[in-house]
Amino acid sequence: MKQEAIIDQLKVIVKPYVTDEQAFSNLTEATDFINDLKINSANLIDVILDIEEFFAIEIDNTSMERMIDVQSAVAIITAKLEAQ
Amino acid sequence: MQNKRVVITGLGVVAPNGVGISDFTKAIQNGTSGIRHDAELERLQFSCQIAGKPIITDAVLNEYFTPLELRNFNSSGIMYGVIAGMQAWQDAGLSFEVQVDPDWDSGTIFGTGTSGIDKFRESIYKIDHFETRKLGSTAVAQTMNSGISAYLAGKLGLGNQVTTNSSACTTGTESILMGFDRIRSGQAKRMLVGSTSDSGPYIWGGFDAMRVCTFKHNDTPEEGSRPMSATASGFVPSSGAGALVLEDLESALARKATIYAEVLGGTINSGGQRGEGTMTAPNSVAVQKCITDALQQTGIQASAIDTINGHLTATSKDSLEIKNWTEALGLSGTDFPPINSLKSTVGHCLSAAGSIECVATVLQLHHGFIFPNRNCSDLHPEIAALIDPNKVPQQMLIKDLTIAIKASFGFGDVNACVVFKKYA
Repeated sequence: MKQEAIIDQLKVIVKPYVTDEQAFSNLTEATDFINDLKINSANLIDVILDIEEFFAIEIDNTSMERMIDVQSAVAIITAKLEAQ
Repeated sequence: MQNKRVVITGLGVVAPNGVGISDFTKAIQNGTSGIRHDAELERLQFSCQIAGKPIITDAVLNEYFTPLELRNFNSSGIMYGVIAGMQAWQDAGLSFEVQVDPDWDSGTIFGTGTSGIDKFRESIYKIDHFETRKLGSTAVAQTMNSGISAYLAGKLGLGNQVTTNSSACTTGTESILMGFDRIRSGQAKRMLVGSTSDSGPYIWGGFDAMRVCTFKHNDTPEEGSRPMSATASGFVPSSGAGALVLEDLESALARKATIYAEVLGGTINSGGQRGEGTMTAPNSVAVQKCITDALQQTGIQASAIDTINGHLTATSKDSLEIKNWTEALGLSGTDFPPINSLKSTVGHCLSAAGSIECVATVLQLHHGFIFPNRNCSDLHPEIAALIDPNKVPQQMLIKDLTIAIKASFGFGDVNACVVFKKYA
């Protein structure tokens, strides 16, 4: 899956959790889930579960800790998809 | 420091026969039953296949919860409690507007017996299937007992005490007396008090197993809950939530709030499971002491009581409860005040019973009526021997009321009795 397609799908997944709509409309690779999108830190777990479900992958605890922004999420999703 | 006077400025209710104060008022005045056949209880082969469940429309749900909050949400108790609590807040003329600082003067004591029992079941299945990592972020908030007070506090920005009390079927009445104490002693200006109870087979099953619920009305649900009747055959399990905004009188007057009634006070005690008291049966000495202490503390004479709202569940204990009232008040026959039981139309809302019934009692004082007892045209002869049958009204009575007394009794041999007065 191409990087742009993953980002587009990520936007759909994170949208319900976002509390800063403006940051969401300006979302780039550098966007941070908690600091920019103001996603509640507890909800980050739900975002990751939704990602797992959509992409049919499993994200281990170590990768989960690194998934703090769009860039790292895309990298982890790509790596998991390639490993399949 | 002089004790503060405490008044009720807001009401909210989620009951099997009405959601919202306006619908609920009409329902209790007309004796409309909220008891229905329950297909799930039938499928699970319960002895009692009827129950009282509030009907929550999507429109109401979306008024009080965001789509995000409703994702993976599976706690009926929190749902009922949030709706009733926020209704009461709104009814009191208080704002939902989000402020930067917490409202230090306002808190909540909102009780429950269990929290999110369906969510808990869902979580247990996941854990046993090695899927703990998939529980999601809200499994704790939905299943912790204080979930209901935590949800309400977050929505309203409450900065005073935020807690959940739990004392079986006295929970709701107890929450009122606990909130009353906090305001009277000057520790809070405003307390959102009340209680909630989950719905469904996992909360009601234990009672069904004890054979304390009726199994004789599976085809006649509306006739199933028969407090004080000669043909009472056990209680009907139900659920919902009741909420009241208690407020320091000065604060209520300054805001020009509607004052539904004044809380004069009351008593909470326990029979210690001594004497005739057990885990499930009341010690009458304690029940009577709870009532007499409540009168003594509030300085009210028994003869001044205009109406009683009993606990009266429709089990074999109803006659004993009436006997306790007559002995505690020293009133019987035609001297006894009119008495009613809300359970005849809503069933036994368990941990929500006390608060929903207190809301009904306060509505009676405010509007000047005594709601009818449904399903009691055949008054139990033991009760008829103690009090004039006319004191158990079958039709609504329109009457100016000044003093109403309400008691709740619960498993664990616990009691609570509260005295309300029309505000003047």
